[in-house]
Order: sequence, then structure tokens, then C-alpha cells
Amino acid sequence: MARVAQGIKSLFLLEFVAAFWLSMKYFFKPKMTVNYPFEKGPLSPRFRGEHVLRRYPNGEERCIACKLCEAVCPAQAIIIEAGPRRNDGTRRTTRYDIDMTKCIYCGLCQEACPVEAIVEGPNFEYATETHEELLYNKERLLEKGDRWEREIAKNIELDAPYR
Amino acid sequence: MPKLIIDGAEMDVEDGLTLLQACEQAGSEIPRFCYHERLSIAGNCRMCLVEVKGMPKLAASCALGVNDLRPGPEGQPPEILTTSPLVQKARSGTLEFLLINHPLDCPICDQGGECDLQDQAVAFGVGTSRYDENKRAIENRNISPLIKTIMTRCISCTRCVRFMTEIAGVEELGQIGRGEGAEITTYLNKGMLSELSGNVVDICPVGALTHRPFAFTARPWEMKKTESIDVMDAQGAHIRIDTRGGKVLRILPRENDAINEEWITDKTRFVCDGLKNQRLDTPYIKKNGKLRPATWAQAFEAISKRMNNIDGNRFAAIAGDLAAVEEVFALKTLSDYLGSPHIDCRTENCSLSPDGGRAGYLFNTTIVGLDKADVILMIGTDPRSEASVMNARIRRGVSTGQTRVGLVGAQVDLSYDHDYLGAGPQTLVDILEGKHEFSEVLKTAKNPMLIVGEGAIARSDGRAVLALAGRLANDFGMICEEDDWNGFNILHTAAGRVGAMDIGFLPGEGGLDTNGILAASETGNMEVVYLLGADEIDVQRLANSFVIYQGSHGDNGAAIADVILPGAAYSEKTATYVNFEGRPQMTMRAVFPPGEAREDWTIIRALSQALGKTLPYDNSMELRKQIYEVAPQLAAIGQITSEPISSLRELSHEAIRIQPTPFVLAIDDFYLTNPVTRASVIMAEMSTLKQEMNAEQAAANSKGMVQTHG
Repeated sequence: MARVAQGIKSLFLLEFVAAFWLSMKYFFKPKMTVNYPFEKGPLSPRFRGEHVLRRYPNGEERCIACKLCEAVCPAQAIIIEAGPRRNDGTRRTTRYDIDMTKCIYCGLCQEACPVEAIVEGPNFEYATETHEELLYNKERLLEKGDRWEREIAKNIELDAPYR
Repeated sequence: MPKLIIDGAEMDVEDGLTLLQACEQAGSEIPRFCYHERLSIAGNCRMCLVEVKGMPKLAASCALGVNDLRPGPEGQPPEILTTSPLVQKARSGTLEFLLINHPLDCPICDQGGECDLQDQAVAFGVGTSRYDENKRAIENRNISPLIKTIMTRCISCTRCVRFMTEIAGVEELGQIGRGEGAEITTYLNKGMLSELSGNVVDICPVGALTHRPFAFTARPWEMKKTESIDVMDAQGAHIRIDTRGGKVLRILPRENDAINEEWITDKTRFVCDGLKNQRLDTPYIKKNGKLRPATWAQAFEAISKRMNNIDGNRFAAIAGDLAAVEEVFALKTLSDYLGSPHIDCRTENCSLSPDGGRAGYLFNTTIVGLDKADVILMIGTDPRSEASVMNARIRRGVSTGQTRVGLVGAQVDLSYDHDYLGAGPQTLVDILEGKHEFSEVLKTAKNPMLIVGEGAIARSDGRAVLALAGRLANDFGMICEEDDWNGFNILHTAAGRVGAMDIGFLPGEGGLDTNGILAASETGNMEVVYLLGADEIDVQRLANSFVIYQGSHGDNGAAIADVILPGAAYSEKTATYVNFEGRPQMTMRAVFPPGEAREDWTIIRALSQALGKTLPYDNSMELRKQIYEVAPQLAAIGQITSEPISSLRELSHEAIRIQPTPFVLAIDDFYLTNPVTRASVIMAEMSTLKQEMNAEQAAANSKGMVQTHG
């Protein structure tokens, strides 16, 4: 019996037709690949990418140097030094460093932050040629924050109902 | 002994305890804010509520004595519940009320991480707030350069007010207003200038009072804590040095009932910025009248060139106030090897000597013994600036009415009532001869004692004053073998002094004392003088000698030195200091010395090798072994070795030839007493502020205004 079935399959090239059908099916289906870097896939609002330090709309930096992110960081990638700001004596960081090569992108820092100052933004394209370039300091993080503020604010708004 | 049932366990408790203490003994933890072991009971935070069966309402356990509880109708012991649902509800309710007006600014609060309110809110709080109205806000007060106030955070426990009034003895803080308007403030916005003011930061259960110099610097969890000993005065308070990244960030007290209870002076606490300013971090050699940085090898070469074949008689060494036993011993051995008898540690030229035995230069009554004393005769001393924490202990005795204090010497504000007897040694003679009315007081006293300050004996007739004190002690029964009571006390001001005297860093046979060394240097008879952190001498008199200065700070001694060897400060070495009671204690290294600076005894050891007189020890164990051979009492770290009293009898046999000049104080500026304090910006600020306040007060007094404590 099996020999008969084998004979029929061979005679009518059934396997060949099935394979050809599959090829044609995917040939006419919409493509899965994206033409990176010109095209990009969708990202969740909760995506944990590159860190930024945010400011308030009036330009005031949010970070108040409470050091909770430093304390919670499991990779000990954050180093903060604090002190009274010169003009008004409020509590601010004098140094805020993140070692992006130590970071494991767990997002605990943004969870710990009471003022939503440190946020892992949607940016994931910050590969560098040297290690040193991935040691971010405060200026760099604030500058990144200014650049990504619109996207981050939108993400936070989108995620707010679930918090 | 009342019987209680606490959380189901029946137990006997001592009479006179409060319910809170009884519960603690039973192992039930009672949360509290206003209650503090060493302060009076206020009972205003309501956090310590417990349920006493049969009482209509919950009781504040801190304010309820165990003797006030009545047994049940059948005589069953009173039953106390500390974890019942009612108590838990009361606690969370109390916390909710406290948090109504407490700002939720923990992230920017310096107390965060070591805050009683934070901890207890986590443990007993409800987690959410039902309060939507506006919170109260209170203006901050600028009360001190040392203490930062954020008065909105205050929960009105009044611990600080009670501390200042009861322990520090100055009514500088008070609470005004009531209800929501209650606030802590100083009288007419005056500053807080008590020498113990820093302690209010420790007892504040919230972040209302915090360290101003330490503001925003670090969180408690990121600092390394080292348990050490303070050397700012000779009391040897137990401290904890908090460091991060090789920097001393703050100094806090540790509890030790025998020495400092849990208080330290402002000088001890806020001197930490002096540990990084003005440091000597590399050796220096004087070339053409100017000090130039050098290497250790060059410095040693310069010294050995100068000291080549030097006559031992033309070498002298002086140990300063902060020199620890280890380096003093090493320097003594080196001097012995060089054949020099000219060594001295008594930079203030006081007349103490080990002739009368150890008891002749110690605070024999001990700090704990102060609790038993009923009459204290102070001679030329101001314990408030010389040993402030001990002064608070004397104050406790005075305020309970147990102790009566008589003062001979400069008129100072001791912060408690005392009889001012006279200014100079003549008063002592009067008392001794029974011509003074205080003689009667001393005669009838059960445990009388006297305290001789350095100011009384650092004068040319110092030995006579000492003999006078010895005679007073003998005649008025201050030394009593049967009762094991020794009321003869010397109050040292320098942390290193007793240790140096213990190992005999004193002029040997035919040796010169500090004054003699300085005089010999002036006449050009002293070629080389080794200053081991000796800054409190008149260094200009050493101009004719080749001066080797070893120390941690660029202070007086370093200014005239020909070679500077950079040493370690007390936070940077593990070293032995002996406090004025004769209690040896060890400091612990919290950070490393800066730059090229080294632990002090190792410098002397290395120098001895360069001089070809190598000292016989290679590590601190071997060194200490030799020290303990010379002074076995130093091996008992933290213990007081009791000294034979009989030797004190010898003191009184000396001839008494006194001068009529009044006594002067050993310390004229509490905030600036040693190289570390002189390098501290905060101490300088406090010193100026204090002087201004004193001048203001003097002006006010001369106008006939009412005098207040300042």
C-alpha cells in the first residue's frame, strides 16, 4: 500500500508542488524584515534602553541626589556625589556617572527614582568604538534627556495607567 | 518587685521602672519618639501606647511606672499587651497624625536611611494618607553654623530641648506656641553655642536637626564605619568615624557608659574637615630658608648628615599633645640609643612627675566615680572646656542635689550652680588651714574629691600647688583606702599626655624638661630638636637648632622645621591613647594617611635605620610587646588598672611655697586647641562666633542688662 502512495506522490510531483506553494505563499505575503537603519520595528513604552536624566519643563533638573538609584543598582553602575547647589543651597548631584558597560538594563533605577529623573529611554542605538565613550557623566545624561524628552514623556504617559 | 504579665509572660520587674523599660526587658519592642533613656520623660509623642487590661484607655508606657499599676480584683498581676490589634491600630493612628504635618521629603532629607520616623512608618504605618488639606510649614531658624534646621520636619518630641536644658545645661532651645503652631526655637533667635550642641542632631528622631557641614554629602548606607577613639580632649570618648572613598565624612559618638555615655563634644564631631586641610603629605627639607618637597630618602639623608656623630647631650625630643604611645615609645628608644636624656612630653611645663606613682598624674576617681562624689573642689580648671562630656556628668550630680561644687581659679560658667571660692592658691591655703567656710563642707562630705586642672600646675609654683592639693586630699579624707575612694584627680587636656608619661617620656638622669630644652636651644647648646607633633610650645625659641618636625598638619612646629616628616592623624593610624583616667584605648585606622605620609612609629623606625641605630622591632606587634614590658597596664585595653593610693601621701610632704598670682585656664579657646582643630574651617568659624558672642555679652553686661547663658 505504501509503495502505491509513494508511486502516486512521485508521479504527480506532489512534494515539489507543496514546496513551490509554500514559496509562493511567502513570496506574496508582506515582508517580516525591516530595512534597518532606515526602518525600525515597534517599541513598547516600557522598553528599557539608554539612560537619560530629565528636566522639568522650566529647565530645572529633576534629580535631587537622593541616591536611591545608586543604592538599588544591582550592577553598581551608578556613582553619585551630592552637595548643596551653589546658588540656592538645594540638594543636587555634583557628579552622576553611569557605567553603561556595567549596566544590566534591569530598570530598577527608574523604578526607584521618586522624581522620574533617571529614565531608561527608547534609544538603543548608542554603540561606540571605545569603552570610555560608554562611561556617561551628568552633562551627557542631561543632554540625552533633552534630546529624548518628547518620546520619554509620551512613553511615561502611555504607561501611567498600569503603574 | 511588682509582678507583671507582659504579652502573656509573667515576670518580676524592678521597682521604679517605667512600663516601657519593663516591656523592653520582657523583649517586647515599643516604638517611641520622645522617650530617650538619658533624658527626662515627656510623654508627648504617644507612640509608645500599650494596652493595660482593666484600664479604660491605652496607656503611654514611657510615662507610666510599673509601681502605679494595680493588680486585678482577685490579686492577679496586671496584664500588658504590646501587640494587640488595639495597640497596632493606635500606633498606625499616631503615625498618621504625625505624618499629617511631616513633609514627605525623605529623598532630600539627610536623615533618610537612619530616621526613626521613616523606620517606624514602614513598620507600623498604614502606607497611605487620608489627609488632603494643606500641610503646616514652619520657618527655618539659623541657630548654629553646625546644625541645619528644617523645622517643618519637626514632630515636637522636644528631645533637643530636654537635652540642652538637662544635659548641656544651657537653656538655649525651647518650644513656643501650641498645637499646630508649636515650634522649636532659640531665645530671641540667638545662636546655639553650647559645646555639646551637636548631640541634638543624634537624638533628633527625624531630619529636623541635621549636621550642617555634612549636609547632602552621603547616605548612611554608603559609608564605611570604623569604631575609634577621640583625641580632641583627654577624655577619650568613643567615636565612630564614617568614611567614604578615603575621606572622613563625619564623626559620631558610640555608647560607652563609663566614659562618654552617648555624647561627644562639637569639637570631636565637627573637626573632621580639619583632617583634610593643611595636611603634610610629603617630606620637606629646608633649603635656603624655604621648605621644599623631598622624598623620604632625601629627608632621612639630610637628618643623618646633620646628626652624624652628634653628642647625645645635644639632641632633644619633645612629644606633643596628640602623640600616641607607639610613636612616643619609639622616639624614647631612639633617644636612648643616641644617648640623650633630654626628652619631655609635658609641653605646657606642668609640674607633674611620676614620682608620686601613676596615681599622682591620673584622674583617680574615674568618670564613673563622679556619680558617687558629693563635694568636688575644682582647682584652676574649667571642665566645661577641658572635658565637656565629663562636665555634663558632674552637672547631673549637681542638678540632682547630690554634688556640691567649689571652684578655685578663673570665674567660668560651668553650666551649673557652684560656689566660687577664690582665684589663686592662697584660697587653697585658707581651705587647708580651716579659715575658709568651704573647709566645713569638705570636712562633712562623705566622698569628697578635688580636680586639679593643668592651668593650676602649669606655672612656676606648680609643684607647690600640686603638693597643696595632695595635702588637701589627705587632710579632708579624699584618699581613703578602706572605702576604696581616691578623690585626688588631675584633669589633663592632651590626649597623648598620660600615655607618654606612662612609658616614661620624661627627662632622664640630668635631662632637661621642655623649658630647659627651649632655653638650651636659645643659647645654642641644643643642636637637634625632634618635635613629635609638638605645636603648643613657643617654637620661635628653637630658631638656633636644627628642628625635625614629625606631625600630620602644617602647624606651628612645621613652620620653623628644617626637616618635616609627614605623619598620620588619629583617624589614620591604629594607635594607643591613654585617657586621663589611665584607661588605655586603641584608635582604629579609618582611612590611609594622605600622599607620602606614614604611620608615625614606622617613620621613627625607618629613621633609626638611616641613623644606624635600628630600633629592635619590625612590626606593631613586636613594638607593643616591648611597650607592655615597660608599662604593663597598657596591655589591658579599655581597662583601668587601679593604682596604689599610698604613693599620694608622699605628694603632701613637699614644701609649699606658693605665689599669690591667680590661676589661669589651660584652654582659652575651646574650639582651637590642637593642630587638627586649627586646620578646621568650621572650628575657626565657631571660635570667632564665640568670641563675638562673648564680646556682645560683655558689652551687654557692662550696660547692666540681665545676663543670660551664652
